[in-house]
Amino acid sequence: MGVPISQTNRRLEQGLSPWSIALTRLKRNRMALIALGVLIFLVLIAIFAPFITPYSRDEITMENKFQPPGNGHLLGTDDLGRDVFTRLIYGSRASLSVGLVATSISMILGVTLGAIAGYYGGMADNIIMRIVDIFMCFPFFLMAIVMAAILGPSIYTVMAVSGFLSWPILARIVRAEILSIKEREFIEAARALGLKSADIIVSHILPNTLAVIIVYVTLGIAGGILGEAGLSYLGLGVKQPQPSWGNMLAAAQSFRSLIKHPWLWVPPGILIFITVLSINIFGDGLRDALDPKLKR
Amino acid sequence: MRTFLIRRALLMIPVVLGISIIIFALIHLAPGDPFTHMIEADPNVTTEDYENLLRSVGYYDPLPLKYVKWVGQLLRGNIGHSISYREPVADLIGRRLSNTLLLAIPALCLSTIIAVPLGVISATRQYSIFDYIVTIIAFIGISIPAFFFALLLVKYIAFDLKLFPISGLSTIKSGFTGIRLVFDKLHHMALPITVLTFVQVAGRMRYTRSAMLEVVRQDYIRTARAKGLSERTVIYKHALRNALIPIVTILSVSLGRLLSGAVLTENVFNWPGMGTMVYKAIANRDYPVVMAGTMVLALTMLLANILADILYAFVDPRIRY
Repeated sequence: MGVPISQTNRRLEQGLSPWSIALTRLKRNRMALIALGVLIFLVLIAIFAPFITPYSRDEITMENKFQPPGNGHLLGTDDLGRDVFTRLIYGSRASLSVGLVATSISMILGVTLGAIAGYYGGMADNIIMRIVDIFMCFPFFLMAIVMAAILGPSIYTVMAVSGFLSWPILARIVRAEILSIKEREFIEAARALGLKSADIIVSHILPNTLAVIIVYVTLGIAGGILGEAGLSYLGLGVKQPQPSWGNMLAAAQSFRSLIKHPWLWVPPGILIFITVLSINIFGDGLRDALDPKLKR
Repeated sequence: MRTFLIRRALLMIPVVLGISIIIFALIHLAPGDPFTHMIEADPNVTTEDYENLLRSVGYYDPLPLKYVKWVGQLLRGNIGHSISYREPVADLIGRRLSNTLLLAIPALCLSTIIAVPLGVISATRQYSIFDYIVTIIAFIGISIPAFFFALLLVKYIAFDLKLFPISGLSTIKSGFTGIRLVFDKLHHMALPITVLTFVQVAGRMRYTRSAMLEVVRQDYIRTARAKGLSERTVIYKHALRNALIPIVTILSVSLGRLLSGAVLTENVFNWPGMGTMVYKAIANRDYPVVMAGTMVLALTMLLANILADILYAFVDPRIRY
């Protein structure tokens, strides 16, 4: 009774902000939180790699090659006597950064082109959507192989190739979102106030598509990591001596190592799997949390 | 319907042109020429022979002329001659495509047979233990790199347990005939099909689950229940039939994707399919094969997308174009 009405209202409003609703929902999703914990742990390992292992990344000791796990080497040694565990935690740097950079590239391309197509429509829309159609027809991995073969194997090639090939899906999603948002009254109001198109897109439309973009970007990082793994496995990705999970998996290309030295390729494979699994679970949790159609 | 089909066909033209231009441009950006590898191996070839050889395949023509020549040949049905295999690309692709289909079609059927019931049960018992377990398995299937799964199978099932052959299409020089030949082939197909099926079950099951959940919320389902129909009839007759619409339509897209998406799996099992063909052709700089192979796969994908659109209109009478 004693509480002034305006104050109650404010509290209600604060409670109902879409982001805080999403946060409460996410906090209730135990699987997503565990996945997030795993991801934070992996990022910390990547950052503090030198402090975790006593060996240096590229230290070659030929008399020690193909040592099975144990004997001072937690996961054994590879064909050059390098410590597999050390390379594994350094490898997380390459794999995670490929995921992040590739997704950033595809996000910038996808959001920009999708926004232009959705907002302006007409000719621009037609051209951009035909380009999207073309990209959607390309066999993703084969095109990646062709492009990587042309650009030459390197970590930057992997980033560029997977970023460049994966934007069309996001462009489609952003376009569809914008098509429905731009018909709403608040956009009409913004236009009536005389705002420039670019301002309307950046400060009134895109914030409303943020939820969709965040979910896509989260899941896209998993795609980037898988792309790195595949390309590096074929020898078209991250180059030795820099380790990445993908090029460590390439040890399995040799039949002898595939059969006799599973400690070389099973651990990086499992780490890729755990990382991608965590990202997918967390991304799914985010989608549920951010979806306004789902009721609490 | 007819105008829709015509419009869709016309929209294909710029896309096909775009695909061909991009593939053509990409291949011609690639360094080196197709003969470098062969020449290195043979010291008897003089520089002059080499130049003549390059001239004979039109290596020095200006790019637009090359493009026009290439498209002209394509339109006449001549998709090129493989340099490293020394045979028409069409024959090569025909063989490889059937090998790929040998894996893709059983994987598509199996994964659908497994995934759809799982998705339906999972949706009707949302948040039950069954739903929980199936969801976890689906997440595993989506997250595991297919080729890593394949490597694990090769090492632990095929080599350690000796249950299946390690790689290839069939036992070489076995002299098997008739039914034994068929069994030998099936034996070789088992592991690659397992990989492709597992990877696909995950995605399709999630898709079925969400399609079912979407349908179950509709008013006509409430009507069906209100009429007093049994839960069984409501789910399998009213809900599933509507949920199947999007599932059926994405099947064609999945097939298109399976044809080109199995590069790494084919690579692990040394399966002579489309993926390994293009991959090896890139390594050998056998550009006619790369160009024709990517072109064929891209066109299949385009047709699959269009087929999905048409199927959608065909299966769902509510859609009018």
